Amino acid sequence: MPTLFPDDTKNIIEALLFVSNEPLSAKMLADIIGRSQEDIVLLLKDIKADCEREMRGFCLIEIAGGYSFVTRPEYASYVEKLVKPRLNTLTQAALETLTIIAYKQPITRSEIDEIRGVKSDSAVSTILERLLIYEVGRKDGPGRPILYGTTPAFLKYFGLKNIKELPTFNAHNITKDA
Amino acid sequence: MSYNVKLPAFEGPMDLLLHLIGKNEIDIYNIPIAIITQQYMDYLKIAGEFDLDITSDFLVMACTLLSIKARMLLPKKLVEIDMEEENDPRQELVERILEYKEYKERAGTFKEMELQQAKCFSRETNDLQLLKKFPPANPIGSLVVEDLIVTFNNILKKMEKRNLTVSLSREEITIQNKIDYIYFSLMDKPNGTSFLKLFSDKADKEEIIVTFLALLELIRRGIIIFEQNCLFEDIYIFLNQITEGDKENAYSFS
Repeated sequence: MPTLFPDDTKNIIEALLFVSNEPLSAKMLADIIGRSQEDIVLLLKDIKADCEREMRGFCLIEIAGGYSFVTRPEYASYVEKLVKPRLNTLTQAALETLTIIAYKQPITRSEIDEIRGVKSDSAVSTILERLLIYEVGRKDGPGRPILYGTTPAFLKYFGLKNIKELPTFNAHNITKDA
Repeated sequence: MSYNVKLPAFEGPMDLLLHLIGKNEIDIYNIPIAIITQQYMDYLKIAGEFDLDITSDFLVMACTLLSIKARMLLPKKLVEIDMEEENDPRQELVERILEYKEYKERAGTFKEMELQQAKCFSRETNDLQLLKKFPPANPIGSLVVEDLIVTFNNILKKMEKRNLTVSLSREEITIQNKIDYIYFSLMDKPNGTSFLKLFSDKADKEEIIVTFLALLELIRRGIIIFEQNCLFEDIYIFLNQITEGDKENAYSFS
């Protein structure tokens, strides 16, 4: 293990984040570099602060269980000239269905239908195709219906750190919550 | 109650109910069931005249509303005999409406998040690079797609040599089904599984091709990695460990 000057570690983190095409977790960075996870997290905070203070064209965010450099939203119009823009945004039906799955997973199609008051077949197909949800397994009981849950791609799509970081709402309105 | 010519189309009965409740500034906890039912039925009638699509879901709700209205009209004496306690017939409906309302609002928040995140870009996914950086535990021979194709052809030939039984049940197998199946099978197999084991004994040509396409898609997305001990031998597939870590974070809910 080569000895590293403390300053280098921060640069190495930057280099790894720069080249990676997936968010990197603090643990992964710690394993690669050979420093403790606590050190890594501190340095990541530093990097994030640097980017913000210097108003760089990109910033560091926590997303889908790891850290990633992303371009500033202010420059989206320019980036879109270079990079293929995202697919169409989700329809209201797909969004509602996805929201329900996110908070109630694992959940079956008919349970979703009950909440929405409509058949959600096409909405579920759409978000399945987009890999935002997947078949987690099957529920015991008649018909053994399929259970759905969200994927890491779901986290990336909405800019979430992890599934625990879903926005919290006052649950007082929902009387049927488990 | 008259509606303008521009009749809004609602996502479903719950959507319509919420609209009526809002429009009439009704207290959800004390819904005047007769008024709501009347307006609801009015809408269905007009929507029919305008040839809007009234799905069966709307009709089911119409029945529900009428049934609640009927129960509310029953004299109290009868009601007390039939039920253990005095249940407000509207109770269940109110709960459903509140739950739907809650999720509709949450969906609105997600919409904002979606739009916001769409403005942030990270490095384009380049799957091959990722494979190189994190080689499988036993990196005997790194495969290229050509190897896969050759092996696939051999497997196909082997399968053709077996007696093909006529399959009676014609279940349509989609690539998405197979993608989910492969992914799910791999989740509790840290040591991976062999390509051949993905097929049932009675797999016909269509199933093999669909499975292979599913495999290619998963490889392309960097979700699984593969290795082969010798050329023309069976291929072993594993879940890509990076994605596994993401998954653990993604699924520890609450």
